[in-house]
Order: sequence, then structure tokens, then C-alpha cells
Amino acid sequence: MTDNITLRVARYRPDDGETEPTTADYDVPLRADWAVLDGLNYIKDELDGTLSYRWSCRMGICGSCGMMIDGEPRLTCATFLTDLRPGPVRIEPLANFPVIRDLIVDLTDFMHKLGKVKPWLIRDEERSVDDGEYLQTPAQLDEFKQFSMCINCMLCYAACPVYGLENSFVGPAAIALAHRYDLDSRDEGDRQRLTILAQPDGVWDCTFVGECSAACPKGVDPAGAIQQAKLDAVKSILMPWRSR
Amino acid sequence: MISPLEARYYRRRMPLLWWTRRRSYTFFMLRELSSVFVGLFVVELLLLIRAVAGGPSAYAEFLDLLAHPVMIAINLVALAFLLLHAVTFANLTPRAMVVRLRGRRVPPRAVLAGVYAGWLVVTVFLAWLVVVA
Repeated sequence: MTDNITLRVARYRPDDGETEPTTADYDVPLRADWAVLDGLNYIKDELDGTLSYRWSCRMGICGSCGMMIDGEPRLTCATFLTDLRPGPVRIEPLANFPVIRDLIVDLTDFMHKLGKVKPWLIRDEERSVDDGEYLQTPAQLDEFKQFSMCINCMLCYAACPVYGLENSFVGPAAIALAHRYDLDSRDEGDRQRLTILAQPDGVWDCTFVGECSAACPKGVDPAGAIQQAKLDAVKSILMPWRSR
Repeated sequence: MISPLEARYYRRRMPLLWWTRRRSYTFFMLRELSSVFVGLFVVELLLLIRAVAGGPSAYAEFLDLLAHPVMIAINLVALAFLLLHAVTFANLTPRAMVVRLRGRRVPPRAVLAGVYAGWLVVTVFLAWLVVVA
């Protein structure tokens, strides 16, 4: 006989005429190896097939199962039920994003911002494939590697009160990824990205609450990236000739 | 123009007292508030300079004003906020600055130690200037 734990799950079903979210309690088995996501899958399979949520890899790589667990932005696949005893465990959609249904939020705004900061290698002149790859030393890789661990789970946006209050802010993950490419020795696009980051709604909106870095499940430090990007922006004004 | 589907999205608003919901948010708000006290100290310093320029009697009058218990209380609160402001600002340095020496990255702890050492040197110099010189 296994113990149970109650999951208090936010439900929002506009198709059924609901105009605001409600909660529903579900008792799920409390197993030592079960994450919150296993509990949600149990609900979906055994108790209520109408529950909607996103998930994919179950191993903290895909970044799709981020939700608010007891008010904290967490990956449901990496948060274990036994750590949340005795319950009930509050499960809500990721904060600061519009809710489409139940635990599913609209990603459009983040996807738009991610594209805006051009998170890819930009070269003044592309080398042809015949010329071979762009080489990089381990030390050059270390410069940006930390920031490349981002899985776009958006927990940092849910933790950021600046984004919550004014969602025109480009936000932690997009800036961290822009900074990742700025630091890459193979990239020459820092000027292009700076025109986006130094604008209103860019790095200067950040007031360094620091919660984005605390929330990151991959150990990325978006708050640090934003402050570094601020320094880069100032340097580019004071020393305009010193562009890479 | 939003689609009929988007119109049904549920948009949550942050409550007015959002910063009371998490300790780190409250601490952040206190830090934001600390800038008011930094400004207050600057104003006090400017008034002090004006008093000095106004001659010995104006200076003595200003010192009397500062000795008032209410002024002392305000200054103590301001000092506490100023220290909070300065310490959190100093602690930010290693995250905002990547320092290199001979091509090698200086560890964050060393950068932080450097900041505090610099602070100490300036403080000792100012103390020497005020007390001894």
C-alpha cells in the first residue's frame, strides 16, 4: 500500500465557458522515484484525461514542462513529489505568461524575442564550406559555454518581476543567449545584437533582482549575463572603435 | 489585433503587493529603496558644504541640527540602507565583470576580494584625512 499525495492543479477551460481558472484536487501515489510530472501523467492516464500540459523528454533537456510548483517556477520533471510532502502541492501554469488552457501558456512572446536577438553565428563574410570549420580553443569555448546551457524553459521569465510588470522587456534567457553569441570567438554580430539590447526594453530594464539565475535549472546565470551586456553597451559608447 | 482564440487566453496581473510574496523580492525592494537614502546623504553633504561656506556660526548651527536625536535616528537608518546598497553593489561586481590577468580569467572570489580591499583602502585614507590630517 503506497501513500498518496494531493496535487492541487489549476484548471482553465475556456472551451467549457470558463472565464477564469479554478483548481481541482487529485490524489496520486507518492512514490520515491516520482517527479511532479509523473503525478500529472498519472492524473491524465488514470483520473482525468482532460487535463492539458506540456512535456516531452522527462530529463531536464527539452524545457517544456516548466510550471509553478507551490508558487516557485520549476521543471516538473526535476521536482520530486517526496520533497513536497505532505502536500497538497499547488501546480499552476508558468507565471507571467497568458494561459491558453489548464497548465499550458502561450510561448509566442518569448519565441518572438528569442528570434529578435539573433542567437546564431553571424559573420561579416561567410567562409565557404571548402575552407573548413571555424576553429576554437577550449579556452575560447569556456568563455561562453555556461550561457549555452539554456534550454529555453522560460522559468527565468516566470521568476522575473520586471517581465511580470512590463512584458515588453526582452528578458533573461534571450539576453543570456545573445550574450552567449557575443562571447563566441567565431561570431562577429555583437554590433547587430547591441542595437537591440541597448534599446529601451533591453538590458537597461533589468534592475538586478537576480531571481532568474536562482530559478534556472541548468545553472546558467542570466542576471550576470545582463550585467555584463550592460558593461559592453557602455564600453561601446565610450570606446566605439573597439568592436570585435 | 488579437485573434478570437487569443482573446480567450487568461492573462494574470501581478498583485500590488507582489514583492511581499517572496523574501528575495522584498530584499530587492529594500535595495531599490536604499537609493533614496543614498540621495539623502548627498543632500546632507551638500548642506554641510553650504554651512562651511557660510562661516563658523552657520557651521556650528548645522552641527547642532545634526546632533538632534531625530536627525541621528534618520542618519542611522540612512547608514543602514547605504551599507545595504554598497554591499549588494560590491557583491555584484564579479558577476558583471570578467577580469583577465595575462590571458587568464581571475576567479570571481578574487575579484570580490579586490573590490573590498579597494573599499578598505579608500575608507582608511578618508579616516586618516579626517582624523589625523
